[in-house]
Formats: sequence, structure tokens, C-alpha cells
Amino acid sequence: MSIILSLLLLQAPHALPGETAVDPYVADNRHAGAAPFEGDGMARAFGGQEGIRRIVDRFVAINFADPVIGEIFANHDQVRLKRTLFEQFCFILNAGCSYTGRDMASAHKDLGVQKADMNRLVETLQRAMGEEGVSFPAQNRFLSKLAPMRRDVIEN
Amino acid sequence: MTYVRPLLIIALTLAAVSPQQGMARPIRNGGKLLLTNGITSLEGASGGGLTPWAVIAGNETSDGIGLSAHGTLVEVKDYDYQSAGVAIGIRDRIELSYTHQDFNTNEIGAALGLGKDFAFSQDIFGAKVRLAGDLVYDRLPAIAVGIQYKNNNQGAVVRAVGAKSDEGVDYYASVSKLFLSRSILLSGTARLTKANQMGLLGFGGGKQGGHTLQFEGSAAWQLSRRIAIGGEYRRKPDNLNIAREDDWFDAFAAVAISRNVTATIAYADLGSIATVKKQRGVLLQFQTAF
Ligand code: HEM
Repeated sequence: MSIILSLLLLQAPHALPGETAVDPYVADNRHAGAAPFEGDGMARAFGGQEGIRRIVDRFVAINFADPVIGEIFANHDQVRLKRTLFEQFCFILNAGCSYTGRDMASAHKDLGVQKADMNRLVETLQRAMGEEGVSFPAQNRFLSKLAPMRRDVIEN
Repeated sequence: MTYVRPLLIIALTLAAVSPQQGMARPIRNGGKLLLTNGITSLEGASGGGLTPWAVIAGNETSDGIGLSAHGTLVEVKDYDYQSAGVAIGIRDRIELSYTHQDFNTNEIGAALGLGKDFAFSQDIFGAKVRLAGDLVYDRLPAIAVGIQYKNNNQGAVVRAVGAKSDEGVDYYASVSKLFLSRSILLSGTARLTKANQMGLLGFGGGKQGGHTLQFEGSAAWQLSRRIAIGGEYRRKPDNLNIAREDDWFDAFAAVAISRNVTATIAYADLGSIATVKKQRGVLLQFQTAF
């Protein structure tokens, strides 16, 4: 029993109950794809970890239900995505987290994401951030960290 | 001759079913972020109001084809101006545009001996290619080059005021970037032109006959997803002996009313036009894009 448990833990060291296993990888903050902001200004603009949690949960819910990009998310692990996206956002916003997910190129390989999907995702994120009361300049500052990752996310 | 048609059909069929074509993604139109297609500049290129940007008309991404149409009204102290046109954007790479401009001299027409309400008009055919970069995402700014062929319909009159020709070609290069971290867009354009007041007063003149290099720029601050405000500057040549030509300025607000409609209002200072100074007033534009 404990062997099975430790094997499972080995495969997904940071996984939460309810996540499906992914191919093994070594966790590294660099997989987040951007260096964190300095200071705590951005973390506060996003309402700290609690605010980030609510934004990510809402963002993921909107994406799964979205008429344009919902199809891409369908059948993917929503529990894992909420955890890893929270970690990534929290890490980049310098709100006190490490990122344990996969790098952007591996996570989006073979998803067939196009530029229009990326723009749509920016809009769903703007909606989630707006609902949480994040100011527009702070939203754009955060997006400036995500924007360069597009080249790893879209298919060419 | 008889075999031309079958050959054409075979060639087209081959093109349609060739593996390269078959593997290409299907056309997908739309998908640009709000406001990132710009508005339509006076000469029909997408960009700011006075100057082109290195963006391509329409809402398409590199996976699709887009269209846009616009109408612009400028009311300055002594003159009225209207233009309207259409543009097509192909794969967010190539832009082809046509614009018709009308410039009404109102009372000044009589003073200049042309008759009250005398109007100059011209047709402008434009083409622009985005060579590299991206307005929003990549580190490299969007970089584009373009060309505008302008044909004035008052050949005799523009020559009478001293212009050398009633047609001319502008060549330009633009660099544009939206700095998300500051919500600021900056764009600069270098233009080779011999046009007098964009060509509405013809091309070349006694002071200067040929092309000269002019600089233009825009700065915009994005206040929300739907609203941007900013200012523009356009340096102008001064070719005609009889009428001094000034640089242009404006301050604008552009609003994405919907995914397909952008409205712009600007205060423009167009300086001296056809001998009459201080031509300041309002610019209004509606643009629809798909
Ligand atoms: C820069 C923009 C983006 C960022 C920062 C981002 C971030 C992430 C992160 C952190 C993960 C989880 C990685 C892991 O499981 O280890 C992920 C997975 C995923 N992303 Fe994105 N993403 C972006 C763009 C997109 C876009 C545009 C789409 C589609 C419209 C998309 C669809 C997905 C899907 C479906 C998964 C789950 C993959 C799986 O279950 O294997 N992402 N993304």
C-alpha cells in the first residue's frame, strides 16, 4: 500500500487528490515562463493569494464553458489546471508560490491552439480579472508577462 | 487555345488538392484583439487617423481574411473634408485599400477664384505588407512597408496653383508596438512623398519638385479594453510657392463600440491650407471591420 502511494507521489509530487497523472517531469520555477514581478504591488493589485485563487477558478470555468475555446479544454484535467495556473499566476505576481507544473511548450503540445484562440483566452482572462476588480493597467502589466509565451503555446 | 481551359482546370484542381494545400489549416476569419486593427488613416491605410501603423486591416489573424470600411469627416475652420473607403487584410500580412477623398473649399473657393464650394477630390490605392514582428505579443515590434498611389481629379487646377503633377506615389515604412506593461502604443512612420496636402493640391511644386522624406508618429494610451486616447504628429513637405504647408497634429479618442465598429473623434490642427491659416477643427470617423 505505502509502496503504491509513494509510487504515485513520485509520479506527481505536487498533485492534489482528483488529478490524473501526467508524464513525469522535474518541477522548476522556470517552467512558469516568466520572471516574477518585484515587490508586492502586483500581488496586492490581484487581491493576494485569495484573489488569485478566485480569478483562476473563474478563468478556468469561463474557458471550459466558452463557445470558441471550450472545445480545446474539454476532457482536460480541470483540477490540475486550476492548481497549476494558480501556482503560475501566484509565482509570476510574486504572491509567494512556487510553480510545479510543466513548461508551456510541453503543456500545450498538440492542442492545436491558434492565434485567435490565444486572443480569446486573453479576453476570458480580462473578464476574470475584471470581475475581481483588478485595475486595467495592472491587468495589462500581468498580460505583458504572458504575451511572450504565445510562441510556445500556439501551433505553427 | 482550346487546351488552355482544361490545363487551367487541371492546374487549379492540383493546387486545390496538393498535399501542401490539403495540410494547410482551414481559413478562420476574425480573432484580433479589440482596437489592435487600428482605425483608418486619411489615405486609407489602417493605423491612426493621420498616419499608418504597421498593422493590417480587418479582424483576421494569420489564419484568415478580414475586411474593413470607413467614413471620415473633417470640419476645420474654412474647409470640409470627407473620405470613404474599403480595405482587405489577407492573413494579417497584406493590406489592400481604396479610398476616395473630397475636399470642399466652401467660401475660400470664391476667394481663390475657383468658385464657391469648389471641391478637389482624389482616389488613393494603397498596399501594405507587414514584414515582421507583432504589435502585441512578440518582442520585435510590428514592421511594415507600404505604397499609396494617388490620383487627383483636378489636374488643370492643381497645375494652375503650381503643382507639377496630378498624380503621385508615396512610399512608407512603419514600426508599431503596444507596450502592454504600460498600456501604451507607439508608432512611427517614415514617408517619401511629393504630395501637397496629401495630394489634394497635387504633387510637387516650385519650391520642391520631387519626393522628400517626412516623419509621422502616434502615441496612444489604452484606458480600457474598449477605449484609447492619444495624439499624432505628421510632418509635411512644403512644395508649392503660393501656399505654405504646415505640419499636422491631432488629439484623439477611439472607442471600440463593438467587435466590429470603432468610432474616433479627434481635434485636429492642420495649420495653413491653400493660403488660409489656422485650420483647426474636428475629425470624426466610423470604421467597421470583420
Ligand atoms: C500565455 C498563455 C497561456 C498560459 C500562461 C497558459 C498556462 C497553462 C498552464 C500553467 C497549464 C498547466 C500545465 C500543467 O498541467 O503542467 C496549461 C494547460 C493547458 N492550457 Fe494553457 N496557457 C496559455 C494559453 C492557452 C491557450 C491559448 C489555450 C487554448 C485556448 C490553452 C489551453 C490549455 C489546455 C487545454 C491545457 C491542459 C493541457 C493538459 O491537460 O494536458 N492554454 N496552460
